[in-house]
Amino acid sequence: MKRFLSVKGLIGLILVGSMVLIGIFAPILIPPEAGTAMDMTSRLSPPSWAHPFGTDQLGRDLMVRVLLGTRLSLEIAVTAVMMSILIGLPLGMVSGYFGGITDNVLMRLVDTLLAFPALLLALTISAILGPNLQNTIIAIGVAFTPFLARIVRGEALRVAQMPYVEAARASGTTDMMILWRHILPNILPAVIVQATISIAFAILAEAGLSFLGLGTQPPAASWGLMIQASRDFLDRAPWTALVPGIAVALTVLGLNMFGDVLRDILDPRSK
Amino acid sequence: MNALVTVDALQVAFATDSGPIIGVQDVSFTINPGETVCVVGESGSGKSVTALSLMRLVEFGGGTITGGALSFRRPDGQVLDVAAADSQVMAAIRGNEIGMIFQEPMTALNPVFTIERQLTDGLILHKGLSQTEARTRALDLLRSVRIPEPERRLRQYPHELSGGMRQRVVIAMAMACEPRLLIADEPTTALDVTIQAEILALINRLKREQGMAVLFITHDMAVVAQMADRVVVMYRGRIVETGTVTEIFETPQQDYTRALLAAVPKLGEMKGKPAPEKMRILGDDAAYAAAKPVTARKPEVLLDVRHLTTRFPVKGGILRRTVAQVHAVEDVSFTLNVGETLALVGESGCGKSSCGRSILRLIEPQSGEVWINGRDIGALGPHDLRRARADMQMVFQDPFASLNPYRRLRDQVAEPIQNFGLAQGQALRDRVAEIFDRVQLPRAFMTRFPHELSGGQRQRVAIARALAVNPKLIVADEAVSALDVSVQAQVLNLMMELQADLGLSYLFISHDMAVVERVAHHVGVMYLGRIVEIGPRAAVFDNPQHPYTQQLLSAVPIADPRRRRFADDLSFKPITSPIFPLGHQSAPSVYTEVAPGHLVLQS
Repeated sequence: MKRFLSVKGLIGLILVGSMVLIGIFAPILIPPEAGTAMDMTSRLSPPSWAHPFGTDQLGRDLMVRVLLGTRLSLEIAVTAVMMSILIGLPLGMVSGYFGGITDNVLMRLVDTLLAFPALLLALTISAILGPNLQNTIIAIGVAFTPFLARIVRGEALRVAQMPYVEAARASGTTDMMILWRHILPNILPAVIVQATISIAFAILAEAGLSFLGLGTQPPAASWGLMIQASRDFLDRAPWTALVPGIAVALTVLGLNMFGDVLRDILDPRSK
Repeated sequence: MNALVTVDALQVAFATDSGPIIGVQDVSFTINPGETVCVVGESGSGKSVTALSLMRLVEFGGGTITGGALSFRRPDGQVLDVAAADSQVMAAIRGNEIGMIFQEPMTALNPVFTIERQLTDGLILHKGLSQTEARTRALDLLRSVRIPEPERRLRQYPHELSGGMRQRVVIAMAMACEPRLLIADEPTTALDVTIQAEILALINRLKREQGMAVLFITHDMAVVAQMADRVVVMYRGRIVETGTVTEIFETPQQDYTRALLAAVPKLGEMKGKPAPEKMRILGDDAAYAAAKPVTARKPEVLLDVRHLTTRFPVKGGILRRTVAQVHAVEDVSFTLNVGETLALVGESGCGKSSCGRSILRLIEPQSGEVWINGRDIGALGPHDLRRARADMQMVFQDPFASLNPYRRLRDQVAEPIQNFGLAQGQALRDRVAEIFDRVQLPRAFMTRFPHELSGGQRQRVAIARALAVNPKLIVADEAVSALDVSVQAQVLNLMMELQADLGLSYLFISHDMAVVERVAHHVGVMYLGRIVEIGPRAAVFDNPQHPYTQQLLSAVPIADPRRRRFADDLSFKPITSPIFPLGHQSAPSVYTEVAPGHLVLQS
């Protein structure tokens, strides 16, 4: 626990913690109509006392919308990344550890998925399954799986060649136990780092889907959707992009610091 | 005295997260023109830091010279204060007036430049030679380090040369500007023993011919005995003792020096002794006197290897098809008795490790039989093989890589026991504690992680893990090679004690002839995948019959300055390639019995 008390750990914890709290409490404390209330007289108005973060093209308060969007954005991004880990981690581990034909078959599959741009893949899945929250998550999760599987495979390949794995095999440890006791703990740091980065991309991927009408449905707010909508007003009202953009940046920063500290805590060598 | 280098009360500190750490303290010595000074010490003694300080290279590793004086006499007689010199002066001196050779010949050469480019760069820079002049000089240099076909070598890239040749190129580079001082930091540690002998002889000759001084950094007392005029012994960042080489070896004044010398196995000291003997460890005389010599009981065969052959495919072409095969192990047969040690010795690439791994089926052999306790390991299915692993365990070379950094030592030692369901709960905990006692590790270490232990302690954990399931055979693959000599001696003694107490059999794979002479009952010398000579240790060491065995034994440096062997240039027959085209029919290994049990390969 002492690790979290480092400056880095504290900042990460505060950032991630406040995002989670906002995500939980904003939709409870703020009436939903506050996020969609339009004020045509103050469209695209810069930050002021009435609207601390300014308003968008429909005169909606950006502060309210960015707070309300937190839950949706985090929900989609975190669940999608967790899903990609759930599929990609075992896939990559088995592929990297066993090698040979298993590796060839699995990796050709992954390569096929990688050949499509992630967004196009998510788009296809989302279009097939239909636009709703759950399908958006599935689409992003599947689209992100090949990247994770590739990274995990590379790490597993490296760890599988370590003498302690050979030592485990020489002392009669079964493959399953080697994967669980020796490979997994040693590739976890790489997975944590990749996961924190993936969350940022997942937030943006959700924006892309929403823009094409397949992700979050307006007038509901998500950060991605807000950034996407600000596109046309960047020259006149840059705050429309900055406000959700900073929210994404702070989340990613917090997750990165949090992930770094988490990785250090898991590593016995850092104690 | 007109010393070339004077080091006075040198102190070097390294900045770390938890404040500065003193790496080297109060180090003083001199180097006279034309003399070889060896700085010897175990890992962490500060010997490399001292050498790097002379070149002011220590700053690139995060160190700072925080005290003392370093002076270097330049060719014009002017004495330079190295510690205060600016970076321009240092750049003019490095590689020009002071040359340096590093440990790893592969990484000291830039892989994307030809040998010519690497050799001529320094000449053009420091001596202002033209391209053609520099080329001529580069050719001369390659000839002076006795590289065959120098014209062709100039056009080659580092990866096209063998390890020994690469180190010769590195030496040629260091010699390019005729330095007055050559700093050699463990220049032969990564090399095979025959190549080491050649390189040591080469450095000796260059020193004699050019009147150059040499600062030789090494951990190997045998190399010191062969090379040094004067010796500086270091321990934990301080100088323990300095003196001429004969003083240090014959009348050492300090306990540490004596302990260091006692821990070094000396080739030939086992002459006339039929059985292995424990190493003498200073300060542990009681244990030494109490321990009985390890003796063999009535011979009973444990391991019987017949015609073992292992080949690795070499893939090539667009289709990645197998185009050739590495004949790693070729028709190897031997037996190992219960409670005895068979050592497999040879140079890198001779197939000794592959042989050990093939026996344990960590790699699958092509053909041949491996009988352990009357059971053919080669014929077992996956399930039975896993069961059979309880009888045969392995200890690996690198104690840092052979333990999982994320698991507690207790769990790692318990793992083999759990694998075979031999004990659970309290019984398991007791058994693990007992094994920790057995390998002389405190029980408090059980809850620790590998990084909290030293190299020698980790190797004890690795041995503990191998012992956990009461195996009959332990394959020790260079198990003491990565350890400091004093630790090596302790681990060797531990292994011999365990053998005497538990009746273990070791297949001891090593490149170190002096260690093998100490521990083995029988010795097999491997060359190009085959055993070229095998027999009782005394027979093989005292009466070597195969030319390769003779070559190997004559290349081993002896830790005795009165028995110097590398005064003149040496050239050993280089090892040929073990790669053969597909379908190559290898001749079977046929042996002549020169004495009872002493077999020599007919070639």
